[in-house]
Amino acid sequence: MKISREDVLRVAELAHLGLSPEEVETYRNQLDRILSYIDKLNELDLTNVEPMAQVIYASATTDPSGAHPQLREDEIVPCNAAEPVLAAAPDAAKPFFRVPKVIDR
Amino acid sequence: MSAATNWTISSVRTALESKKISARELAAEFYSRIDRQNSELNAFLTLSPERAYEQAERVDAAIARGDALPPLAGVPIAIKDVISTQGIRTTCASKILETYVPPYDATAVDRLDRAGAVFLGKTNCDEFAMGGSNENSAYGPVRNPVAPDRVPGGSSGGSAAAVAAGLAVAALGTDTGGSIRQPGSFCGITGLMPTYGRVSRYGLVAFASSLDKIGPFATNVADVAAVLSVIAGHDANDSTSAPVPVANYAAEITKPVEGLRIGVPEDYFGEGLDPEVKSNVEVGIAQLERLGCRRVPLRMPHTDYAIATYYILATAEASSNLARYDGVRYGLRVPGATLTEMYRRTRVRGFGPEVKCRIMLGTYVLSAGYYDAYYLRAQRVRTLIARDFADAFQKVDAIITPTAPTPAFRLGEKTSDPLTMYLADIYTVTGSLAGVPGISVPCGKTRGGLPVGMQLFGPHFKEGSVLQIAHAFEQTRGSLN
Repeated sequence: MKISREDVLRVAELAHLGLSPEEVETYRNQLDRILSYIDKLNELDLTNVEPMAQVIYASATTDPSGAHPQLREDEIVPCNAAEPVLAAAPDAAKPFFRVPKVIDR
Repeated sequence: MSAATNWTISSVRTALESKKISARELAAEFYSRIDRQNSELNAFLTLSPERAYEQAERVDAAIARGDALPPLAGVPIAIKDVISTQGIRTTCASKILETYVPPYDATAVDRLDRAGAVFLGKTNCDEFAMGGSNENSAYGPVRNPVAPDRVPGGSSGGSAAAVAAGLAVAALGTDTGGSIRQPGSFCGITGLMPTYGRVSRYGLVAFASSLDKIGPFATNVADVAAVLSVIAGHDANDSTSAPVPVANYAAEITKPVEGLRIGVPEDYFGEGLDPEVKSNVEVGIAQLERLGCRRVPLRMPHTDYAIATYYILATAEASSNLARYDGVRYGLRVPGATLTEMYRRTRVRGFGPEVKCRIMLGTYVLSAGYYDAYYLRAQRVRTLIARDFADAFQKVDAIITPTAPTPAFRLGEKTSDPLTMYLADIYTVTGSLAGVPGISVPCGKTRGGLPVGMQLFGPHFKEGSVLQIAHAFEQTRGSLN
């Protein structure tokens, strides 16, 4: 067994998902199957293999035009999105989103 | 115009220029087709006639003035419902965004609009693009127009079905692990996943940010090339968008393929491949050889590790990206006494079972104590898979494989547990991880009449090469009906 009921409850809490007891069992079974399958990555020797977080274009090192994405200057530009964004909010009190009380005093 | 007219981008152009039909009449013709067929297919979730007729009238006004027309003038297009459209509801096929109306257009959508396209509406898909059959939509599955008891593939099943059924001339889909190529294969049309960074992701609702790509579907390769020409290119609003010049794809596809080296990796033709799919792809390869391509046997030794790698990385990224759906700023809110209770109630009501499963898996592989064993390990294997491709492209110009191990399967056939569905992504996720472009082009049919797709991968930013080979193949393969 790769994953216990307690593991599922812990993960559900981290992910802000409230699960019913039946769902806990369903996800325990599904995650267990998937994690057992994923174990096949342990067959590989990964010594000296760098992790890849983003696509690295093979041409980037050889191509002088440089296919690597470049970051733009961090310049402030006008953005008048507040009105339509707040209009789509479930509960807005301009210029804020309203949520249940967080701090009691 | 009869319902049987098979419109293409060039036939739309000719008909508009010769005034055989107006853009408005053409849009109306497509809405009447949708009206007749969508109740069965469930390909569209939202229609946008207001915007479509406004766009069509702009085109008709330009024709009346005798202005030069933009490249996609009057072309009726469908857009997958994970891509933001200003003023048109964008649900991601999820209950959590059931009433969400984006305040802006995605860059790809904005470029289509400027190119004169007519937006018919938004297409069904697996919820947040998570699935390979379209059965994970909160709004019901899509049916395959070729065989209505079968799935259209996924996640871009609605876009593929709409084009295959003649309910749109072209469509935008998205591909994270095969979500354009596999439904293209299942529905018998052409679909392209561009290089990572070739098409801006700005306005694409994020699933797995290091893997997500927007790409076109059409009934033929030239139309796919025409849509790609419009949507490709650098965008300052997407920091991963590449500043690489966009090729003239319409010119690229007409180049002869003689002398090109086509790699055939044996790892894609082994156990689990349906014999009829295999024989159809073999016939396709033989035809390319007759056109003068040279067949080169290949080994891509890490292919078998791609699904495990993909489902760690994609779910990890998804668990992070989907944290934003908390009921605070937009979308569904289910009230709770505390902030945490509101989050939990909103997310448990708003997300469907597969999305919850992937969020749980992604959260688990990123959690304390497991990060190195799963996430970091998968990132290292991703390097090996990308290296398989880089090594192969030292020897060949393109790689050819089946798109999917089977033809379209029956509704309900693979829904018993998620892993069964994941294993069907075997031939597509490899290229997704490497970030290379891939196309699925129809290459035949099974004895039962189900379409079979052939996949071509090319080196980064060589969409022109895969389109060129796919086009040469398409022009000589004969009728598939």
